[in-house]
Amino acid sequence: MKDLKISNDVLHLYRRAGFGGLPDRDISIKKALSQLFHDSENFTPIETVSKESEPPLMSEGMMSPDPDAVKKEKMKKNREEIRELNLAWMSKMAKAETILRERMSLFWHGHFACRVQDSAFVQSYLNTIRKNALGNFGEMLMAVSKEPAMLQFLNNQQNRKNKPNENFAREVMELFTLGRGNYTEKDVKEGARAFTGWGFNTKGEFEFREKVHDSDTKNFLGKTGNFQGEDIIKILLEQKQTARFITAKIYRNFVSEIPDEKRIADLSEDFYKSGYNISQLMHNIFTAKWFYDDASKNMLIKSPVELVIGIQRTLNADFINKDPVLYIQKVLGQILFYPPNVAGWPGGRNWIDSSSLLFRMQLPNLMAGVTTQKIQAKESGDVNDQTVKKKGENSKIDVDWDQWAKRFETIDNQKLPDFLCGTLLAVKPAPTVMAVITGKETAVADRTQYIRKLTLAIMGLPEYQIS
Amino acid sequence: MKRRDFIRTSLLATAGTMMIPQFLKAHEAGISADPNGKILVVIQLSGGNDGLNTVIPYRNDIYYRERPVLAIEKEKILTLNDEIALNPALESLRRLYDDGRVRILNNVGYPNPDRSHFRSMDIWQTASNADQYLNTGWLGRYLDSTCAGCEIKPHHMLEIDDTLSLAMKGSKANGLAMLDPQKLYRQTKNGMAGNLAKTIHHSEDDHDQVSYLYKTLADTESSADYLYQKGQVKGSYSDYPDTELGKSLKTITELIVSGVDTQVYYVSLSGFDTHVGQRNQQDKLLKQYADAVSVFVDDLKKQGQLDRTMIMTFSEFGRRVKQNGSNGTDHGTANNVFLIGGPPRGSLVYNEAPNLVDLDGGDLRYTLDFRDLYSSLLKDWLNADDVAVLGKSFSGLQGLV
Repeated sequence: MKDLKISNDVLHLYRRAGFGGLPDRDISIKKALSQLFHDSENFTPIETVSKESEPPLMSEGMMSPDPDAVKKEKMKKNREEIRELNLAWMSKMAKAETILRERMSLFWHGHFACRVQDSAFVQSYLNTIRKNALGNFGEMLMAVSKEPAMLQFLNNQQNRKNKPNENFAREVMELFTLGRGNYTEKDVKEGARAFTGWGFNTKGEFEFREKVHDSDTKNFLGKTGNFQGEDIIKILLEQKQTARFITAKIYRNFVSEIPDEKRIADLSEDFYKSGYNISQLMHNIFTAKWFYDDASKNMLIKSPVELVIGIQRTLNADFINKDPVLYIQKVLGQILFYPPNVAGWPGGRNWIDSSSLLFRMQLPNLMAGVTTQKIQAKESGDVNDQTVKKKGENSKIDVDWDQWAKRFETIDNQKLPDFLCGTLLAVKPAPTVMAVITGKETAVADRTQYIRKLTLAIMGLPEYQIS
Repeated sequence: MKRRDFIRTSLLATAGTMMIPQFLKAHEAGISADPNGKILVVIQLSGGNDGLNTVIPYRNDIYYRERPVLAIEKEKILTLNDEIALNPALESLRRLYDDGRVRILNNVGYPNPDRSHFRSMDIWQTASNADQYLNTGWLGRYLDSTCAGCEIKPHHMLEIDDTLSLAMKGSKANGLAMLDPQKLYRQTKNGMAGNLAKTIHHSEDDHDQVSYLYKTLADTESSADYLYQKGQVKGSYSDYPDTELGKSLKTITELIVSGVDTQVYYVSLSGFDTHVGQRNQQDKLLKQYADAVSVFVDDLKKQGQLDRTMIMTFSEFGRRVKQNGSNGTDHGTANNVFLIGGPPRGSLVYNEAPNLVDLDGGDLRYTLDFRDLYSSLLKDWLNADDVAVLGKSFSGLQGLV
């Protein structure tokens, strides 16, 4: 096979933008980029949650059902459906063509972190994020702010004239747009007044309830007017700080944890000028010379979802039995739709402690069915939270190892360890580490088996935790 | 790679494994090298234990009125004073109380209580305000603060579990989660982990993630070795109940007796989210708790370790005063905390029983901030800089620890 060796730049791009998937053959960065963006143009909503079915009509003489039992049943159904959404989205991340869209959506899920019990709300929120993931940040902000999930999570349903609830207004500024220190407590209060009346109806649709809206004059970020929620979001988008805050966060998540003020300033200036065009911002990052030149210095620690999806993307495989997907998320501390709080997952080194690192290193073998797992996920304490199996039995993915081995059929046995490391890792392992991977074997009996063994060993390295 | 290079690399690798990096040797200089240093054991009751049926305000008519089915019958309660009594499932705890080793705190909570399990647990584990999100736990930050410049090893704080709680995560150091030293030892020896831990990847660059990962791995391995070797002191231990908590506490006893330099232990008991049919479920769990803890305390006493060991038991919230429609209770707010162990000083109910008249929407109002409790434990028990750990000054609880 020609062009077998994929350039480091393309591999770097795919690790950051595409969960570590591999192109079939070497291509130019330009081509890789246009492919990534092109493949993600399509948006198909994830629709696993059934439309709310009406409860069956009670015929005469029938006992009316116990309201507690009905509520319990409903909660159970919701949890099941959120689990289905989780799995459906994980599948998309692992298999769908829309790699960059899903990767960006994962970022936005952490940014607009939200955790509610209603599965229909979660589905709508997820699709709003996925739909806008590469679109316009302003439109996404507006749409997410109007999602019942977000309004409920941040208590805006309770935000009424004369009885304001400031939660939503505060987080919109602190976490979604400006960042701490760029607004006053007065702005929070005034902003909250403008958002009074924003809520949702029983059908789960956004609703502006004019009766509970405070229609008096507000002073917000130096402006005065009879503002409504939309005006507040518009004013927030007028602030260059919003572009800066979002750009810095994207830089931290896709480029480096060490901020580079000059680069962030340039990027955010352009982001602001473009009217918050996310695709353009990402394109600017992925075409920047420094994105590739500094790749080896700017190591990022993969999130648990990135790690799992990365293994799947690289090996082109999916879980045979879906239950362990949530188990793995839980053990590693990142369950989709259950972020720890509105600030999202802290990320970086927060993912790593002794036990999570050991589990991460065993994960490839677990997913390949080589080992079984004896680690128990922690119980949340919530009696209703039984959806996660305590143990990850049958965590196997359906890898076609012959197909995988075929990719490397022209590579000499001796060169395989180095070649595979070059393909799979962002960082070249030390010679001592290479020796551990290759082991003591000198003769290769079964090439596919050998490649499988090497691949799993490399994916089990600390270096593989790095993107 | 050429064959010749390959052989050379292998040789290097062998040589590499023989050179033990400096940071592997450091655990001798740990935080509690003093074999008589103070120890804190935290027992977390997950799910929101119903405090009112744990420590019962038996003189209060409102308690019986609001809980016609759930209230514990007066003839069954274990009276502590003229105000409060214990749930009969806590018979073994009562014995410890009579032995002078139990301190009970009522109405422990925080302003603007959150009734969500995960959020309230995070608040308790991070010691944050209700509207503040922290990425480190109070014990993790304690570990961070224990020595500036010296090596902190993961095993200085142990959680008896497979995964690590937020409480044990610091910004510089993390505690270590393990079910027992043997299992941890096997985990680090299985596969490549053990061999990789011995490869050298130490860089002075703080931003070097690979170096950080290898250091974590090496620390884990060295802690696993240390606990496995040092923790293998055979002693004559008491018979612990055959429950998860019983086993965990036995593991802790063995480690304490063997003199490992671990200063904090953390263990959880789950299942307290009793929305439905509470009595059976809670009584079963409370009995499990008290039976395991009483053997633990007796054993520590027998082994001469109780005076330096303090056990703190908490839950993320208490429950509603009024029972619900399913003979259970829903999420509430302030709750009781037990402090057990330490030098013999006489048992104590530290403060007044809950006020069932002045409620906050059906829930108890807190009268003690849990961070005042933490502050006392840090300052008076662990001899730590409580202000640095908690981020601000709390006055603490006088005469408690």
